Amino acid sequence: MSNQVNARKLIALACIWAVLLLVPYWMPPLGGYTALGTRVLVLGLAAMSVNFLLGFTGVLSFGHAAYFGLGAYGAGLSLKFLAPSTSISLLMGMLLGGLAGALLGTLIVRRRGVYFAMVTIAFGQVFYYIAFQWSSLTGGDDGLRGFSRQPLDFGLFSIDILSNTNNFYYFVLFCFALVVAVMGFILRSPFGRTMLAIRENERRARFLGIPVERHIWIAFTLSCFFMGFAGALYALLNNFADPKGLHFSQSGDFVMMAVMGGMRSFWGPLLGAAVFVILQDYLSSITVNWMSFVGLLFVIVVLFFPRGLLGVVRRKLVS
Amino acid sequence: MSLLRVDNVSKHFGNLIAVDDISMTVEPGELRAVIGPNGAGKTTFFNMISGFLTPSSGHIVFDGEDITSLLPARRVWRGIARTFQITEVFPELTVRENMRIAVESASGFRLRLWQSREDDGEVRARVIDLLKMSGLTEKADRLVGELAHGDQRATEIMMALALKPRLLLLDEPTAGMGDQETYDITQLIRKLHRDQKLTIVLIEHDMRVVFHLADRIMVLAEGKMLAEGTPQEIAANEAVQAAYLGKAAA
Repeated sequence: MSNQVNARKLIALACIWAVLLLVPYWMPPLGGYTALGTRVLVLGLAAMSVNFLLGFTGVLSFGHAAYFGLGAYGAGLSLKFLAPSTSISLLMGMLLGGLAGALLGTLIVRRRGVYFAMVTIAFGQVFYYIAFQWSSLTGGDDGLRGFSRQPLDFGLFSIDILSNTNNFYYFVLFCFALVVAVMGFILRSPFGRTMLAIRENERRARFLGIPVERHIWIAFTLSCFFMGFAGALYALLNNFADPKGLHFSQSGDFVMMAVMGGMRSFWGPLLGAAVFVILQDYLSSITVNWMSFVGLLFVIVVLFFPRGLLGVVRRKLVS
Repeated sequence: MSLLRVDNVSKHFGNLIAVDDISMTVEPGELRAVIGPNGAGKTTFFNMISGFLTPSSGHIVFDGEDITSLLPARRVWRGIARTFQITEVFPELTVRENMRIAVESASGFRLRLWQSREDDGEVRARVIDLLKMSGLTEKADRLVGELAHGDQRATEIMMALALKPRLLLLDEPTAGMGDQETYDITQLIRKLHRDQKLTIVLIEHDMRVVFHLADRIMVLAEGKMLAEGTPQEIAANEAVQAAYLGKAAA
């Protein structure tokens, strides 16, 4: 029986990667464009990072956009002032988001439930106002401009990811695969299982000798590193970083993607992000009130499909 | 030297004195039962030993070390494991995963982001042992939340055992169970005590179980110690009879 389950998982995994690898070939004929796929990957990665905490550790952060935004500013500032290198900018973005998360995490992990969510919002908003006010460095409300992603230099040859959207898509897919592999690896490790234990029953976890606060802090910090990385990719995608990326409404979007897609599943948030981004792209060309339609879908999913969209797909496939 | 020594421990919640100046000594290999009417302070007393609550006054010494204000996880590392009156398990994980988490925690693999094949093999083997001991092998891949109450209880006890404790605290292990389940759990506890010389302190309402298992019994009533002694002594104790009969009459 478990062999059958494993086989089914492998097939599903192969399908997911095949779909992602072929985006530049099937997306344009269906009326989309490749950059839309890139956007799905970046926001999907962010939603998966939020879900690393929400779905697998069981703590809800409503301020994760802060680390996403910090990643974006980290990458942008690095390209603008430090070095014209895409890989260094990714590293700097990830470090900025991750280290900020590690630091604030020490204060946040003592709280639980609603208080945890409130504290994460509060710290997130602090970063938002810093980015908003510190115009000389961040460009304030206008956002950070004046940088662009640089060609990937491999010595013998270099790859243009600025003007060639397909190249950039595959670059982002490569980065996405890397981070997702790390995430999956952690979730299958003994540490990953302690995260599940905390989600399932904090009291039992504690009385199995798991120091719960420490483990939540580690999970929080890891998730902020992933988030910073996603934010850095977002800055590269837009060649732009703005304070809205730090705002708590952006955090809400990420949580919405995760819940809509299915927060108990690893890939759910990616599906949620895809639905969100594509609906946004399609509806915003028709109406400025596109968000109310996304909101309606969200309410329907939460009310009728608590396991998320992926949960529905999965049940259909099994039966 | 005694394994556990509780010295004059009290616990106040505001004006309520839940546990009032209780002392207890448990020798290695002993099976001690704590009994008493509802609201006698048994679970509060238990919670102070396991670290769920900190005493208002008094000291708790485990294996020569003062653990009065130690965090729960650190008490587990020193060898104190417990179960709860209302079963605490990981309901949406399988029996196997439940036990695996306990085994990995006990082996000190908690923080590992990777695991060697050898260590992983060891963990799996230990989980299989625990499954066999509990008779849950056939249900190993079911979600614990879907199992019958007795099986959930057995899973919880096995998780506590996976920690290789030197002191096992069982809070009403047979609560809410049928006759057969009660018998099975009693046999399991007896086996642990007789064969593995495990030191056990348990709270129990079922007097058949208590008198069948315990080496010594401590009786609490209204937060105070009423009596302490062998099962024979307790059975003959007039104060204890009065407390239980008085309650039955009321």
